[in-house]
Amino acid sequence: MRYILRKLLLLVPVLFIVTFLTFILIHLLPGSPCISILKTNATPANLAKCTHQLHLDRPIPVQYVDWLRGSFTGHLGQSYLNDEPVSTVLAQSIPVTLELLIFSQIMAVVMAVPLGILSAYRANTRIDRVATTAAFGTLSIPDYVRGVVFVFLFAVTIHAFPATGYTHITDDFVQNLRSVFLPSLALALGSIALYHRVLRADMIATLQEDFITMARAKGLPTWWILVRHAFRPSTFSLVTIGGLNVGALIGGTFILEYLFAIPGIGFNTVNAILQQDYLVVQGAVLIVTVGYVMVNFFLDLAYPLLDPRVRHARAAA
Amino acid sequence: MPAPPPDATETTSILPGAGGAEAPSGVLVEQAPLSGAGGTVLTPAAADRSRRTLGFTFWLSVSWIGLIVVLAVIAGLLPIPDPKAIEFQPGLNPSLHHLFGTDDLGRDLFSRVIYGARVSLTVGFFSILFGLVIGGILGLLAGFYRGVTDGIVVGLSNVILAFPAFVLLIAVVSFWGPSLLHITLTIGILSIGPLAVVVRGNTIRFAQREFVMAARMLGAKNSRIIFREILANVVPSGLALGLVSVPVAIVAEGGLSFLGLSVRLPTPTWGNMIAEGRVILTQHPGVAFWPALFLFLTVLALNLVGDRLTAYFDVREGAL
Repeated sequence: MRYILRKLLLLVPVLFIVTFLTFILIHLLPGSPCISILKTNATPANLAKCTHQLHLDRPIPVQYVDWLRGSFTGHLGQSYLNDEPVSTVLAQSIPVTLELLIFSQIMAVVMAVPLGILSAYRANTRIDRVATTAAFGTLSIPDYVRGVVFVFLFAVTIHAFPATGYTHITDDFVQNLRSVFLPSLALALGSIALYHRVLRADMIATLQEDFITMARAKGLPTWWILVRHAFRPSTFSLVTIGGLNVGALIGGTFILEYLFAIPGIGFNTVNAILQQDYLVVQGAVLIVTVGYVMVNFFLDLAYPLLDPRVRHARAAA
Repeated sequence: MPAPPPDATETTSILPGAGGAEAPSGVLVEQAPLSGAGGTVLTPAAADRSRRTLGFTFWLSVSWIGLIVVLAVIAGLLPIPDPKAIEFQPGLNPSLHHLFGTDDLGRDLFSRVIYGARVSLTVGFFSILFGLVIGGILGLLAGFYRGVTDGIVVGLSNVILAFPAFVLLIAVVSFWGPSLLHITLTIGILSIGPLAVVVRGNTIRFAQREFVMAARMLGAKNSRIIFREILANVVPSGLALGLVSVPVAIVAEGGLSFLGLSVRLPTPTWGNMIAEGRVILTQHPGVAFWPALFLFLTVLALNLVGDRLTAYFDVREGAL
């Protein structure tokens, strides 16, 4: 309980700074933000309206509090392109990005866990070396390069998957899966390599433990020891890395959504940037950053559930 | 002066593998117990890394990096065409005159790839250099003085690490304007967090060692202890981690370029060449292929070198 409280106390300042920095982004624009936001529409009347709407005539701390209060109730301003509220744009694109993220992580875990266990069990044999080298190589290929290669191989050459576009899940389930398969795979490969590496390292350490020797002495089958005894204590770093990896994954979705024209949050943000629709960008950055902080917060809370040793270590400290 | 705590961060055990009959015997596993104090997770270094040799692939990678850096620096002196000049027949195959052929507009691809390397390497090395200097100083001070200084530096690092880096990079660059300087600085600031954490950790470790105490007994001032005793010891691991961060920065800049948020066309960068080439993959595969290959090889080489050195100098905490 104290652990949770301490984590909560740390969460508050981090959220404060993160939201403040997101808020202050708009002041990085050269000149008055409103001139950049309105562009050719910057008539004196419009400027005054915009200045008032963004509370730019108030001191910065007041602006921040107002902006934060607004964002809690979903008022993040409007897109200057089509007057659509930023919150609507985000609400439509978040599920798409989540689908991509979840799908890619399912792929990654399904492939990385067996590979990692196998690599650790057969550490330093040929199969482990092949897997480790492949993982290392994969980590050196940026996801946009993977994406381009996949488009070339699977979409342009053999037409197995669509090169761009997104079918909504309620329209056609199979088509939906086909449309997110390539970007998810491009995203997943990096995670597979990373998770394999981390799980292998932890698993090798776990396999040296006395309780594993004990389990072997009892005559338990190897697969049972690997899956039931060794796997869970070896997932500690995996969860940490998984949480930290969410940041990289979100970065990856920005590029891959753009490459595959999948209308998620990344695609919309990049398009908003290219069309200088700043309030959409700011809203998206806010949602993504706060989401990332929260994911890592909940993962922190999950450690004690995962590994009782943490509970005791924290209690003893 | 409190007695230095026993160096409990590592226990080396030489045990036969317990996984099964065929598990390798004599695996050297460095096992790190869960550290309660720092809250950091230490992953055991892989067995084959602990050997204190650098090896053939290491030197091969160093050569590649050296070659690319030299080519990028002296690009202006090389007998290659102007990377922006549209003066050749489009879509030429590789030949002695055009090592990588020409693109769809008739520009020399070898020249474009070499000039593209300039952007990637500038951003990659200078951003991390910036992060290393600032993060290194902050980490040294935090690890040496502890207390309030430590709290501030750790807090700052945590805030930087709390952002999804690439998203923040995109956001800052789009609001601030895409220039080489802005991109380099933003990546540099983002890299302060992890680099400061590592330097801090190592400083704490070395600050408790006997030679530091001896210097203190001899009446050395704090500044002397920091710069003459500790600095030299934290530099190798810091540099190694910096080197692992360079490819991350290069990939990030490539991503920005790919999205059209970095240096604009017609100035070539690896990222914008790949973006340019992806729509004409079937007609002119070389346009995307060559920069992608160079990007891959450079990142791979930097990763290999950094990974080797990290194991060599035994960096334990954090990564970008």
